[in-house]
Amino acid sequence: MTDHANHLLSVDQLSVAFGTGKRPFTAVDRISYHVDAGEVVGIVGESGSGKSVSSLALMGLIDFPGKVSAEGLSFKGTNLLTLSEKQRRKITGADISMIFQDPMTSLNPAFTVGNQIMEAIEVHQGGTPAERRDKAIDLLRQVGIPAPESRIDNFPHQLSGGMSQRVMIAMAIACDPKLLIADEPTTALDVTIQAQIIELLLKLQREKQMGLILITHDLALVAEAADRVVVMYAGQIVETGPASEIFKAPRHPYTQALMRSLPESASGSDRLQALPGVVPGANDRPSGCLLNPRCPYATERCRTEEPGYIGPEGRQAKCFFPLDDNGRPAA
Amino acid sequence: MTDTQSTRPIMQGLGLKQHYSVNQGMMKPKGTVKALDGVNFSVEAGKTLAVVGESGCGKSTLARLLTMIETPTEGALEFDGQDLLKLDKAKRKELRQRIQIIFQNPYGSLNPRKKVGTILEEPLVINTKLSKAERKEKAIALLQKVGLRPEHYDRYPHMFSGGQRQRIAIARGLMMNPKVVVADEPVSALDVSVQAQVLNLMMDLQDELGLAYVFISHDLSVVEHIADEVMVMYLGKVVEYGSTEQIFGNPQHPYTRALLSSTPRIEPEKRIDKIRLTGELPSPLNPPSGCAFHGRCQFANERCSAETPVLTEQSDASTVACFGVDEGRLPYLVSA
Repeated sequence: MTDHANHLLSVDQLSVAFGTGKRPFTAVDRISYHVDAGEVVGIVGESGSGKSVSSLALMGLIDFPGKVSAEGLSFKGTNLLTLSEKQRRKITGADISMIFQDPMTSLNPAFTVGNQIMEAIEVHQGGTPAERRDKAIDLLRQVGIPAPESRIDNFPHQLSGGMSQRVMIAMAIACDPKLLIADEPTTALDVTIQAQIIELLLKLQREKQMGLILITHDLALVAEAADRVVVMYAGQIVETGPASEIFKAPRHPYTQALMRSLPESASGSDRLQALPGVVPGANDRPSGCLLNPRCPYATERCRTEEPGYIGPEGRQAKCFFPLDDNGRPAA
Repeated sequence: MTDTQSTRPIMQGLGLKQHYSVNQGMMKPKGTVKALDGVNFSVEAGKTLAVVGESGCGKSTLARLLTMIETPTEGALEFDGQDLLKLDKAKRKELRQRIQIIFQNPYGSLNPRKKVGTILEEPLVINTKLSKAERKEKAIALLQKVGLRPEHYDRYPHMFSGGQRQRIAIARGLMMNPKVVVADEPVSALDVSVQAQVLNLMMDLQDELGLAYVFISHDLSVVEHIADEVMVMYLGKVVEYGSTEQIFGNPQHPYTRALLSSTPRIEPEKRIDKIRLTGELPSPLNPPSGCAFHGRCQFANERCSAETPVLTEQSDASTVACFGVDEGRLPYLVSA
């Protein structure tokens, strides 16, 4: 992960901490990953795992008292950390854009959707009002909104949830971004609409050869949509790997536990193999491996020492005893 | 459904309808939303009936009718052989204690200004003449039953995580020794690992107490795991009703199939060919003619847009409301 120049986005040791007291809370703890052009990277984790905060940090959207630090944060070879606020803004919004979870609250209710899409175009690309309007109609057509010529003058409350999310996507791709971050894009939507939106995102991603970061808590969604997967737990990355391998043979006990707790993996009236306890909060982070109080395989070493990343490049697990292909911990 | 003779359903609904009239604006005629339009169901003690559908299909309205929060416009609702809607007030009050509900969001359903003990005892204060000590004893017993500790009795809801709150909500639902528990999306606000804990708890309680669950959910993988029977609803009507094996093994209605294929799966073998649904749920104020689904159905023909299909029994005893199934012209059923 040292070769920054070849990746579209490369994140090295990114941390985000909140609070100014003696013990600031580390919401994101030294995470490193990369995204290539034309690749879908899924970030999965439960609530409180830091997946949203890490992407907000990428976009430069963490406000005081949040503190972002990183060894390296480069996009297309440009180091984002050394840029001024103004220069960075040129990149985020145009080359990196983001879609949020709840489309109903991310749109401004006081303006028409056309107005909001055209604003994004105006800021980053300029053009005459007529050109911008044509472009906005074309974008609405690309995201599959019927009768875009009349829909462009609708207010957000006149659209359904699925339609609003399509408008958000239209806005996000307005400036032909190289990287799109989708933070739980379908969580607020019904399943059939969810399938439509994911299909649309993947289609646009292929057509435009964008990098796509898909942040979600839904393992099955990531298994179907992503090329590579990053699993997060309590602010740390615990496992990375290609989607096809990670779900076949998880290396980290947390990934295994997540998969086993899905109803899909139990048959009939069997009880699910639930992971006991909850994700540790701000004040109850254990020492050693953060999973150790909930991990069935934890040993004395796990309670005192923090594990490093074990495994070949691109297929790593933060565990002393990574699981083998049969789901048993290494001796 | 074949052994309905041997076991009597604890609760059943016959032709339940709930229509709301809505103002559409000055000078405009009043519209009618048919939130539920002729729904039949039955659930047996110790069994789980899952109600599945997208938002606006009437599943939450059904929950409100079952718990008698609302009175249906038409139809009969039987509990243990008695029609709840025809009983006098006192008897009805007694029976409605046997039907309890668990809501989706445990952050909204627990009063933040009351202690857990007070929340749990409230139904007892209203409905029984138990003394303070007896009430406390019962509340603590139930706290332990749902996997919490006696010291949690004196704490406030904000001191608990989402999963623990849902346990409290379940304990509250069980205070009156119900026979039927209506669970309206009980795990959809929870993380997967916590969701598994709560589902396990619900299944354990069902085995122990012989509860009947009406489990309302949009998450089909959860439904497949917990349900005995599944009822698929679309725009206020039941489109397919059958055992879990039938619905998941051999889904017949195109909508059921679309729902199943839209649900992401981890194991590639479990994925079935995607049925692409175009468009969104039509407005319930102005539902399409004929089969409500025909606008989004790739197999629809002229008959589908003109006539309304009714639930008909299939060879495997499940019931489906679809002309395509009746006429045997759905390609996935023919090839299978």
